[in-house]
Amino acid sequence: MDLPLVWSGIIALAVFMYVLLDGFDLGVGILFPFAHDDHERDQMMASIAPIWDGNETWLVLGGGGLLAAFPAAYAALLPALYLPLFVMLFGLAFRGVAFEFRHSARRNRWLWDLAFAGGSVAATFAQGVALGAFISGFRIENGEFAGGSLDWLTPFNLTVGVCLIGGYALLGACWLIMKTDGLLQGRSYAQAMTLSILVGIGIALISASTPLTHAEVAARWFVMPNLLMLLPIPILTIWVWIALLRSIGNRENEARPFICSISLFALCYLGLAISVFPYMVPRALTIWDAAAAPASQAFLLVGVAVLLPIILLYSAYSYWVFRGKVTAASGYH
Amino acid sequence: MSLDALFLSRLQFAFTVAYHIVFPAMTIGLAAFCVVLEWRWIRTGNAIYLALYRFWSKLFALAFGVGVVTGLVMAYEFGTNWSRFSAAAGNVIGPLMGYEVLSAFFLEAGFLGIMLFGLERVGQRLHFFATCMVSLGTLISMSWILAVNSWMQTPAGHEIIAGVFYVTSWWEAIFNPSFPYRFLHMGIAAFLASAMVVAGVSAWYLLHARHLEFASRSFSLAMGMVAVTAPLQVLVGDFHGLNTLEHQPMKVAAMEGLWETTEGMHLVLFAIPDQAAQTNHFQISIPKLGSMILTHHWDGEVKGLNEVSVADQPPVALVFYSFRVMVGIGFLLLAIGVISLWLRYKGRLYDTRWFHQLVLVSSPLGLVAILAGWIVTECGRQPWTVYGLMRTADSVSPVAAGAVATSLTLFVVVYGVLLFAFLLYFRRAIALGPALEAEPVPVHDERQRAAADAVAGH
Repeated sequence: MDLPLVWSGIIALAVFMYVLLDGFDLGVGILFPFAHDDHERDQMMASIAPIWDGNETWLVLGGGGLLAAFPAAYAALLPALYLPLFVMLFGLAFRGVAFEFRHSARRNRWLWDLAFAGGSVAATFAQGVALGAFISGFRIENGEFAGGSLDWLTPFNLTVGVCLIGGYALLGACWLIMKTDGLLQGRSYAQAMTLSILVGIGIALISASTPLTHAEVAARWFVMPNLLMLLPIPILTIWVWIALLRSIGNRENEARPFICSISLFALCYLGLAISVFPYMVPRALTIWDAAAAPASQAFLLVGVAVLLPIILLYSAYSYWVFRGKVTAASGYH
Repeated sequence: MSLDALFLSRLQFAFTVAYHIVFPAMTIGLAAFCVVLEWRWIRTGNAIYLALYRFWSKLFALAFGVGVVTGLVMAYEFGTNWSRFSAAAGNVIGPLMGYEVLSAFFLEAGFLGIMLFGLERVGQRLHFFATCMVSLGTLISMSWILAVNSWMQTPAGHEIIAGVFYVTSWWEAIFNPSFPYRFLHMGIAAFLASAMVVAGVSAWYLLHARHLEFASRSFSLAMGMVAVTAPLQVLVGDFHGLNTLEHQPMKVAAMEGLWETTEGMHLVLFAIPDQAAQTNHFQISIPKLGSMILTHHWDGEVKGLNEVSVADQPPVALVFYSFRVMVGIGFLLLAIGVISLWLRYKGRLYDTRWFHQLVLVSSPLGLVAILAGWIVTECGRQPWTVYGLMRTADSVSPVAAGAVATSLTLFVVVYGVLLFAFLLYFRRAIALGPALEAEPVPVHDERQRAAADAVAGH
């Protein structure tokens, strides 16, 4: 068994789970300022309060899994993303405590509204910047980061940051479509429509500029026979995007917008993986270069094989317990 | 010491991990406390226990939130600031941290929602299961983290090839020589510290004659926990010290302020260590007692700091004073535990005001002792990251001092704000008190309905 290959799949899955699950959490936070009153804000928070912590834990699995399975990559990447990572961590800190602190606050609720929304935006933007930097590659020498503290500060990376804000907001809006009703749901539909268009433009922009500004990515996509083999992906992406717009427009099925936006993310993620494979640290360390000792990868793989299905089971159960619309009365414990 | 990336990273890690540890220390104890309270409610149907559960799980939730977000930071700080350590030791600590996430972090996070929000949505047994899972998650988490930290202190089960650690035996790496002691010592510390917090809050209510039945029960449970864990901790601490003497003699030398290898070591009660001069000033000590405690012989030899070069010594004053703070508090809590037993025996536990005042004032001391103890063990490990094998100076990330200065400053500001808010809302929740009559009891059977009515005064 090619352990590094298996583990790259697991890390990719963990990161994707994080992007999906915390994506809509953070998306709800990004949409927080658009709520009309405290009551709506209560409902928005209540829709994610019981599940946000489990969602965020996939981020720890992604980072922790990287340390375990690809320590050389962990060691090279994290210093390279030093400032963006801390911005993300501070954003997540404010977002995380806002749940409890907002509930306890009296006159200063608005402060925690701000912390919740601001933290969500900051964390999302930082993740987008990190993503952009990841696509762009890093200056690595002797397996270590050899660049400067502001290497990540490029127009491309900042653009990806902004696009991710739109992307997570889209996930958040689709989540609220499922979980709310009345005025809030109506507004979520409208926001989802706007965001779908913006995200569509964003995806097109990033997809075009990535090969234009990164020769290696162009070489992956725009050569034969790759071009023919990979063509289904952009075609499928456009098709899903149209389905997303239609599902928001006709409002036939409340879950369909969410499923379509997840599919959109999945296709973009697939495109990213294709662009970057087999690098764990583009473009310096491959998954085989960065892999931990086989004994270490094997030892944790056993745990993943046994525990991950169990985790998915009780996580799904928790979602099921809190199924249904957020009622007008549902607030905090 | 210059303000370079190494020094700033050490400062930052020390600040972030010290800040973080206070919260899991509280939530480990509070989660277990919630398990006990909910169990009592299920068994007796007495709604006072539901009120207790609701109140304490509220405080638990406040602390847990801060614990989660500050814990997330630690998972990434290994890489941002200590990447060379991560690259070298990743094969060992990576899988252990991975297991921590898979078996503990997910468990507590996954069931937290049901515990805090699901009281009206799931059956009584299932909700209790959720509470138990959260509590179990905190304990498993502590175990894995301590396995990692213990391996750094007493490395075992590995080999080193070209500066990278490889595991040769997972059993030996996880159950390394100091792990059992550190696991017990920290576990007991968490229960003792949170029991003191619960006792302090309860004492405040007793002193203000509020919610007397509610507060009495909390106070009794908490003081019971203190009476059991405080003496246990003194014992375990002693064993831990002996284990440290065997594997990290320079740490013990720093704890004791012992500059020269000596037979018949004094037990130093007070001194001002002077690392530059390699001596103590104003030392007050008892001859030979130090050797007796550490080696069980009056003239036993104890290694002094002169066994290593000055550059390789840990920061003695910091370790020396922190150790004394920790031990001092330990004995104070022991005294409090003993007094509580005496008062309980006399039937005066709930109306002895001076004792309530003592407990109230002492309530944060368990957490202070935990901080002091961690300073002893982590600073006492210096100059090593992996004791004897990898130096802290070789562990730091290749990042600019300016970047670390930025992150450190932001941490102090952000964590400062969070702490202020936490204390504010914690205090407010206590001032508000438990909602004893207002909350509807989620009734599952007639026995509970009758008990709920009785409490509500119908």
